[in-house]
Amino acid sequence: MNMQEVQKFVAERIAPAANECDRTEQFPMDLVVELAQQGWLVALADESLGGRNLDLMNFGELFELLGRGCGSVRAMVMLQNMVASLLQRWGNEEQKQKWIPGIAGGQIIAAFALSEPDVGSDALNIKASAVRSANEIKLNGKKTWITLGQIAHLFIVFARLNGKHTAFLVPRESPGLEVFPISSMLGLRAAMLAELRFKDCRIPGENIIGGIGFGLAPVGTLALNIGRYSIAWGCLGMARVCLDIAMRHVLDRQQFGTALKNFQLVQQKIADMIVSINAARYLCEAAATVGSFESRRAMMHILQAKYFATTMVARVTSDAIQLCGALGCRNETLQRLFRDAKVMEIIEGTTQIHQIKIAEFAIHEYKRKGSF
Amino acid sequence: MYRDTIRTFLKNYISDSINDDQDIFSGGYVNSLFATQLVLFIEENFDLTVESEDLNLDNFKSINAINFFIAAKKDGKR
Ligand SMILES: Cc1cc2nc3c(=O)[nH]c(=O)nc-3n(C[C@H](O)[C@H](O)[C@H](O)COP(=O)(O)OP(=O)(O)OC[C@H]3O[C@@H](n4cnc5c(N)ncnc54)[C@H](O)[C@@H]3O)c2cc1C
Repeated sequence: MNMQEVQKFVAERIAPAANECDRTEQFPMDLVVELAQQGWLVALADESLGGRNLDLMNFGELFELLGRGCGSVRAMVMLQNMVASLLQRWGNEEQKQKWIPGIAGGQIIAAFALSEPDVGSDALNIKASAVRSANEIKLNGKKTWITLGQIAHLFIVFARLNGKHTAFLVPRESPGLEVFPISSMLGLRAAMLAELRFKDCRIPGENIIGGIGFGLAPVGTLALNIGRYSIAWGCLGMARVCLDIAMRHVLDRQQFGTALKNFQLVQQKIADMIVSINAARYLCEAAATVGSFESRRAMMHILQAKYFATTMVARVTSDAIQLCGALGCRNETLQRLFRDAKVMEIIEGTTQIHQIKIAEFAIHEYKRKGSF
Repeated sequence: MYRDTIRTFLKNYISDSINDDQDIFSGGYVNSLFATQLVLFIEENFDLTVESEDLNLDNFKSINAINFFIAAKKDGKR
């Protein structure tokens, strides 16, 4: 993929609308067809399926550039890739044929519904339930904070069938499903969040992805790996935008008779921003070299990249505003990125959950082979 | 045939000693997130691909079941 063309598309078509979308809390729907035409909605899939057959490095770079443009658009593209990949890997032939072309073409917007009002980090404890009878499945329960929930046509819903974690394909028009918009979020404000309520919601009996009991893993974990990877790279793009704004400001702005760039405390912030962005980049690139989203090594690298990049971007967005002073507080792009950055530390597993998983993995490896 | 390798792998996750027929999922020895590790272990160690239709708890519930599943995959019976 030609990254200069991607950069141009992001700069001309995505970035200019980002602040307006943030203000109005509306996703730029007119972009969906264009994103599909670029092949980005199923970017890992073959070109025959409408994708770009990207390797992990190019896939990451795509999300870095999308991160420069608009967090909500990045999240939308991420979710389509998560769901399409999950179907490609764990769906049966009929499910693949029924749903992937629509996702690729932008006619079907897909969402991922795991979190519940009482269950966030502790995903094993989801309460949503499913009962199968003859040719039908009935779902009950609630899902919340669902990105794209307001506009999605298809939900991947995680619930317990006979107590076992299972992933279901739930079309929006399913009887018994109600969607309630969620507004006024801190960040990713154009991501069209919603709460989903299932009351004896009926779906066809064949709408299970993978087997009963395998919904969270390996079906859900594959999607989460892709999501975390996309977020980590997206943070690089967000941080670069902040660094660019801060750099221009400290070069121009004069105080005490000289440009801000000449103060060593300002230089320290610039140095820290650059080094931490690069450190995050190296972790993202290391994650790109594992070759697949489905190995233990991949998981470990992705967890580290997501953990570090999200904490990095929270710091860098804050530092950029600090360097720009009151003008930083007024700058719509910096404000948006500052708010979006906080959200990055929460979605697809919080910072703390990432720390726990990284440590658990390392402890496990030490116990197993005495090194990590 | 593959039982020793499977036992060694499971020992990393299950400290109690289990017999070859014991159900590791319903016995509460592992939670459902463990399925990812198990699938990766099978794919990486036995050079085979676990497919969507293989995701049946009966294939993975015990050392014997996993052993039988791997052997059947290797024989092309799945
Ligand atoms: C903008 C946005 C979009 C989202 N989109 C989606 C979506 O599309 N689909 C979806 O399913 N969900 C979505 N979510 C929900 C998101 O996945 C959850 O917010 C996240 O998993 C954390 O869960 P929680 O908010 O319930 O926090 P909790 O799990 O209640 O955690 C609260 C705090 O406690 C900490 N904590 C929890 N457990 C531990 C522990 N064991 N040790 C130490 N600290 C701990 C957490 O790190 C956190 O700081 C979205 C959230 C946001 C903000």
